[in-house]
Amino acid sequence: MTGPSPEIDTHSGIETTGHEWDGIKELNNPLPRWWLFIFWATVAVAIVYWVLMPAWPALPGLQGNTTGVWGQSDRADVAADTAAMQAERATLSAKLASRDATSILQDHELSQLALSLGESAFGDNCATCHGAGGRGAKGYPRLADDVWLWGGSLDEIEQTIRVGIRSGHTETRLSEMPAFGRDEFLTAGQITDLVELVTSVSGRDADAAATARARPIFEEQCSSCHGVDAHGDRSKGVPNLTDADWLYGGDRETIHRTIYGPRYGVMPAWSERLDPAKVRALAIYVHSLGGGE
Amino acid sequence: MAQRPSWLFRNHRLFEKNSFILLVGILVVVAIGGIIEIVPLFYLKNTIEKVEGMRPYTPLELAGQKIYVREGCHVCHSQMIRPLRDEVERYGHYSLAAESMYDHPFLWGSKRTGPDLARVGGKYSDEWQKQHLIDPRSLVPESIMPPYAFLGGRSLDLSTLKDEMSALKFEGVPYTDAMIANAADDAAAQAGGDYDYEPIKKAYAALSGRNDTIAFRDFDGEPGPPSELDALIAYLQMLGTLVDFSTYEADDLSNQR
Repeated sequence: MTGPSPEIDTHSGIETTGHEWDGIKELNNPLPRWWLFIFWATVAVAIVYWVLMPAWPALPGLQGNTTGVWGQSDRADVAADTAAMQAERATLSAKLASRDATSILQDHELSQLALSLGESAFGDNCATCHGAGGRGAKGYPRLADDVWLWGGSLDEIEQTIRVGIRSGHTETRLSEMPAFGRDEFLTAGQITDLVELVTSVSGRDADAAATARARPIFEEQCSSCHGVDAHGDRSKGVPNLTDADWLYGGDRETIHRTIYGPRYGVMPAWSERLDPAKVRALAIYVHSLGGGE
Repeated sequence: MAQRPSWLFRNHRLFEKNSFILLVGILVVVAIGGIIEIVPLFYLKNTIEKVEGMRPYTPLELAGQKIYVREGCHVCHSQMIRPLRDEVERYGHYSLAAESMYDHPFLWGSKRTGPDLARVGGKYSDEWQKQHLIDPRSLVPESIMPPYAFLGGRSLDLSTLKDEMSALKFEGVPYTDAMIANAADDAAAQAGGDYDYEPIKKAYAALSGRNDTIAFRDFDGEPGPPSELDALIAYLQMLGTLVDFSTYEADDLSNQR
């Protein structure tokens, strides 16, 4: 478009836009150079980005998005990263999977590697219930002592981690104490007597008369699992009643609650979530916490 | 001075002198940007991965999700495992778009004050979830999560489930009319109530192509009608467990992004 050249402001010598408000005119200053440069640079970067990186979701004739010259993919990257990590661990994993527990424990370097792998896996997966360092909580056994429900050898610990307890896994560890009160196998008085007996076998003062009344009940109802001497049976996950270690608590009220209607605590099976090498590393870590056999 | 206006003004006069035309002009320019960003997505062959096992939430799980939103769980917990080595190592397979295809709203979240929950289903026992919701610090002393003990005492409002499912159906979730009609009974059945749960099992299995993705049990361990705690635990125990990853082809080009 040609025409008379725009008005030049006499004071500054710069052309005006032609806008005028109450006699004041707007100067048509050019954009600052640095600003203009950055603007065009970002446009140029965008075009380079389209070429290198996945950018256009769909263009005519394309099945999916443009993949870009670099072919970058977050999902391919994570697959590669994970594969690299597994390759780094491959030697360790293979050794862990192929050697038996005792020889792993004798190999200082291997057991140290397994311990560090096990410790981090324990923090991610187990500490939520069993507490940091396996200190345990009510209903969740302390793993840092030598009291075991299902066995404290490396193999037994590993088996427990793999299949869980009442987990729904096909090989799950399973023990089911009857609900003597809720299902009315025993009367309220019989349960109260049994509480006294359990208190007494764990080495505390208890009502002698009640204990004597409870003894035949114990022999009839409880001893087949807990044993005549109440020492329990690890092959069935039956706790020892004579020690000072309690899963839910050893006070009379809690023991009463347990006999009335047990809680059937659940530990999930970890074989699907964790690979076999990690499960073994976890077993080695748990075994090392203090009470491994 | 009757001077001719500048080039700029001559060509912009229409917009600069009419606010309504300026408004229309702005709308057109913004729409162009929007169209370039949004429209190509409609033509993507594969936004949501083809996976086996994904199904809409059962009424009880849906009620749990509503409680999850109501209590603001998503403010501190994400449901999005990013494709990064450390996250995959800690939480499991990275989240797929398919896994939130029935979420309205989606609950990916962007803040992790607590851990990610995208695959928390089955990681802990029901009893743990219950105790942890009632008193988080009894299990995890260093936790800063607030207690939600009141959920156990509140019975679940089953009357709104039908309407919620109808609304989701309107949004594209493939609930059948029978599923919506049976919502209240199905919720009670899943929470361990004395109902026949074979029909609901079959109906949802037909949508997911996978059996046994629904857990039927008394989640909060308290007899009686389902509580809000039942619903929330049922929802949590389902999270991340639906997709059968043995059939997912991560290497397929259409799944690479």
